[in-house]
Amino acid sequence: MQLMGLVMLIKNLDIQFFRGVMVATEKNIRIYYTKAPVLIYGLLLPLFVFLAFYLGRGVNMYFFFPGLLAMSLFFTASSVGPMITPWEKQAGTYERLLSFPVSINTIILADIAAGMVFGIIINMIVLIVGLIFLDYDINILLLSFGILLASFCFSSLGVLLSSPSVRSPSHIMMFSSLIRFPLIFISGIFIPLENLKGIARGLSYLSPITYLVDIFNFGFKGESDISLIIDFIALFMFSVIFIYLSNRFHKRNLMKGL
Amino acid sequence: MKKENNNVIEANFLTKRFGNVTALNQVTFSVSDGEIFGFLGPNGAGKTTTIRMLTGLLAPDSGDAFIDGVNIKRNPIKAKMKMGVIPEMGNIYADLTAQQNIILAGKFYGVPIRELRKRANSLLEQFGLHDRKNDLVRTFSKGMKQRVNIASAIAHNPEILFLDEPTSGLDVQSQRLIRNIINQMNQKGTTIFLTTHNIEEANQLCARVAIINKGKIVIIDRPESLRRTFETTQSVEVAFDKPIDDGLIGKSNLVNRIERRGDKWKLYTDNPDRLLKYLVKFAEGKDLIIISMEICRASLEDVFVKLTQVNPLKKELR
Repeated sequence: MQLMGLVMLIKNLDIQFFRGVMVATEKNIRIYYTKAPVLIYGLLLPLFVFLAFYLGRGVNMYFFFPGLLAMSLFFTASSVGPMITPWEKQAGTYERLLSFPVSINTIILADIAAGMVFGIIINMIVLIVGLIFLDYDINILLLSFGILLASFCFSSLGVLLSSPSVRSPSHIMMFSSLIRFPLIFISGIFIPLENLKGIARGLSYLSPITYLVDIFNFGFKGESDISLIIDFIALFMFSVIFIYLSNRFHKRNLMKGL
Repeated sequence: MKKENNNVIEANFLTKRFGNVTALNQVTFSVSDGEIFGFLGPNGAGKTTTIRMLTGLLAPDSGDAFIDGVNIKRNPIKAKMKMGVIPEMGNIYADLTAQQNIILAGKFYGVPIRELRKRANSLLEQFGLHDRKNDLVRTFSKGMKQRVNIASAIAHNPEILFLDEPTSGLDVQSQRLIRNIINQMNQKGTTIFLTTHNIEEANQLCARVAIINKGKIVIIDRPESLRRTFETTQSVEVAFDKPIDDGLIGKSNLVNRIERRGDKWKLYTDNPDRLLKYLVKFAEGKDLIIISMEICRASLEDVFVKLTQVNPLKKELR
């Protein structure tokens, strides 16, 4: 059954599929980037988390910046996805969207792309500001691949978080915060990975952010605590799992709340 | 798949269950190329479920639907490319302008952007919205939103147009405009599938209508033929200058059923001539003045009521 689904998916990967993804992404960018929940949960919240951790604690920014950048990418890339489907169901536009020549996979990929673009743009700004003030000898290729893959992974998580059937976007944003905050705290952003021992260390492997922090640590400072190959494989595997679950849950809840 | 007939919409034994409720039960019908086909039924009869299946939003538990020969279940994208859809609950994007909504819809069908801009302008002109084309849709009235909704659905010149209750809740002016657009689209060759509560609308627009009740098709025919079939459902509509007790007027054996409509009474009968004479005598005897009185042929609404038995005003006398 799953194999049949995969065959159907590959057969449908034609020009109409990509056109649908592009147009739906454009729609998402035009409509959702300026929505208050995206700005609050995607920009203000990580800024306040950073300030709460940084101010008055004498944190060495040179060591903290890779973690800050990872946190920024996580919050921004995963903030758009949870908004879109509940917002469209509440506004009554979801049924119209489904009536266009698109499939559920088109909609999922477009929502992921919108989150990715948002995350990458904001992260580029944070990165440039960091590079102006901090003296790093960066591995640009590694950072670029890391940002691309991680933004895809985090955005996929955002879309997965939008799959429960609710008609109010605020409920989903609260639910997504319940998932996103613990992932931040167990990821080695606030406590360096090498200092995490025992259960804390084990838990850190459950967060995809951990692997991005490790990639960034190597990209900025040449230090890696896990392994770059494992980091990339883990982020890829998390992405596959998030997309697979998104597909299942969104299909199951497709008509709920219309 | 090559089509063997002139049908552009085919529903073959569509069945859908939601839990223990059978929403659609072996629904079968076809719509010919260039036809306006009306789908009537009371609330919860299965109209929206049918349209959602025909437009690929819902998969049937059993049965098949074909759009211009394409199986919607097996090849939904190809089938959707041939149609425009105006869902009952489907809104347009309130955060985009009228023009942006139309262009966005057209892009999904691969219409080139230059052509889309021209088409959007012409549609906005046609729908009387050209001077508001750059305004956000959130500032529009319900009627204006529905006009943008329809313009968006036809931005790619679809061969088949599905409309789910398109004039529901709109002002008279918007209703007339939308009916005109439907007629114009049909004259240009578009096949129209229309669900509506408004029986007079179906009567005016549709070449054929299907009446669905409790998930089953009750009848499919031309509105005029349906009326003729139910010609026995004749009635006399009468209004007096003073209120009267329906028990008095309904005492006659000539009256099968009686309905109150505002200040008028509608009396269903097998013999309108004798009932007319009886009512004149009745008015004289009770010292009433007859303000109006006319014999009514069976309307499509009468047919609908008879077949679905949903009229809450209905009062059976016998």
